[in-house]
Amino acid sequence: MTARSARRRAKKRIDWSGYVFISPWLVGFLLLTLWPIGQSFYLSFTDYSLLSEPVWVGLDNYARMFGSDPTFRKSLSVTFAFVLFSVPLKLLFSLLVAMLLSRNLRGMNAYRTAIYFPSLIGGSIAVAALWRNMFGKDGYVNHVLAWFGIEGTGWISNPDTALGTLILLNTWQFGSTMVIFLAGLKQIPQELYESASVDGANPVRKFFHITLPMLSPVMFFNLILGIIGSFQMFTASFVITPRGGPMQSTYVYAVFLYEKAFKHYQMGYASALAWILLVIVAVLTVLNFLASRYWVFYETDGGKSK
Amino acid sequence: MTIRPSRLLQHLFMIAFSLLMLYPVIWWLGASLKETAEMSLPTLWPSSPRWENYSEGWRFSSEFTFGHFFANTLLMEVANVAGGVLTAALVAFGFARLHFPLRGFWFSIMLLTLMLPGQVTIVPQYILYNNIGWVDSYVPLILPHFFGGGAFFIFLLVQFIRGLPRDLDDAAKIDGASVYGIFGRIILPLIKPALVTVAIFTFIWSWDDFFAQVLYLSSVEKFTVGLALRMFIDQFEIKWGQLLAMSLLSVIPSAVIFFFAQKHFVEGIATTGMKG
Repeated sequence: MTARSARRRAKKRIDWSGYVFISPWLVGFLLLTLWPIGQSFYLSFTDYSLLSEPVWVGLDNYARMFGSDPTFRKSLSVTFAFVLFSVPLKLLFSLLVAMLLSRNLRGMNAYRTAIYFPSLIGGSIAVAALWRNMFGKDGYVNHVLAWFGIEGTGWISNPDTALGTLILLNTWQFGSTMVIFLAGLKQIPQELYESASVDGANPVRKFFHITLPMLSPVMFFNLILGIIGSFQMFTASFVITPRGGPMQSTYVYAVFLYEKAFKHYQMGYASALAWILLVIVAVLTVLNFLASRYWVFYETDGGKSK
Repeated sequence: MTIRPSRLLQHLFMIAFSLLMLYPVIWWLGASLKETAEMSLPTLWPSSPRWENYSEGWRFSSEFTFGHFFANTLLMEVANVAGGVLTAALVAFGFARLHFPLRGFWFSIMLLTLMLPGQVTIVPQYILYNNIGWVDSYVPLILPHFFGGGAFFIFLLVQFIRGLPRDLDDAAKIDGASVYGIFGRIILPLIKPALVTVAIFTFIWSWDDFFAQVLYLSSVEKFTVGLALRMFIDQFEIKWGQLLAMSLLSVIPSAVIFFFAQKHFVEGIATTGMKG
């Protein structure tokens, strides 16, 4: 009782101490996010090389992008292909692994470590180097395929397979997505499964009628962040297939933008590219939020039971 | 319960799956000791291990050893982890426990920044750092971690703090503790498991944050391990054995941290209630 009334009294007068606590984030947001967003919007209408003052060119950058830059179209389609395949693949694989690892089995911690660890380092340049070697023309993968009588190609140097190899590597980096699924699975109340068993539901029915709906908020979270992350894929393309890969088949948007800004010093054009990326990501996110009403299931009384 | 595969079968399956996932890492271990000619053979272990891959790789650059690059990276990591853990805890406490004008507004904005592609801010940020003269220093790599450590971690901690009973705060308040006292003496010790998660993720992600390192560091003297590896790849003729040996060394710090703290890893996230 006393505790509650103390809390109510504290609520009445305006307390600014909250701002002391959030000030690190607030300062960072204003300085390194909000101001740069405005600045890059302005720069996208200019010609700027870092050496001289920005020159206003109106919509020229955008006109150039859509009118006379085939590389823009190429890198956009490469990126869309990458997102389209890698996001669902990674979600599916992460979910399967999470369901496997959520079982009660002796020694599960050891299995979890063995399966989770390789994917955790998957984003590093070290693994990119490893991948580049394994998928080379004379690499390990082709030697294994040769056992089965399959003649492999140079997976990374062949324009038909280079992007697919990067998608595969991206799927192998399922770690953090999987952990979030695992956390979600652990929060599904066991009673639901038990009462379903009593009603005679088989595992498939349980999966579609309990697991999937209960997991849909987590799925949604992973989907949104997965799409945004995939649009920004950089290291793998940059290290495994330098300079956009064979016939620019892995010239993803982030690498294209990086080269425009920091190799050719076309800061204005790069800013316009960044804004187009922002618009694409924003539109897709909004569409996803609209669609989520039809498939994401939120509990009213958050099933916090353990 | 309905029909279940026997325990033994489940174990066999898990072992097979673990090996499948670990296989590239095991192959990597062997390959780092191979001659270039032997590299592509599917054999796991070289006929005669070539340990020189490690000693020669360590000194591949005429100016610096890999020890220098490791020291650079670890120094940066100490700052990143310290900054991230400390400021993320402060900010999360503010959002989770204190009432202040526009709290909901700022919290939504913070969640929105999770979805902002980094490319939108990178050019003006670079220009800013360039104007101050901080390009080719560690400041652009470290400074962002002192601004709350990133929206993802703040969100994680806010969820965690919201799960702690409020009675503790109220009791301390009655005993005359200020908000700063409540934060330092009550909340901070209680959120340790979540802070460990933040520390591990900060460490591994900034170790692998190749984009920022490529962008801001240009003199070899300041190179991180990742950039040193890239220098290796850019050589005219790649010495694969040495490269794979050094690559393997480069993931050891993340591996060590992961194995020591792996129990916290899943549980730290599980208890934050990543829902909705």
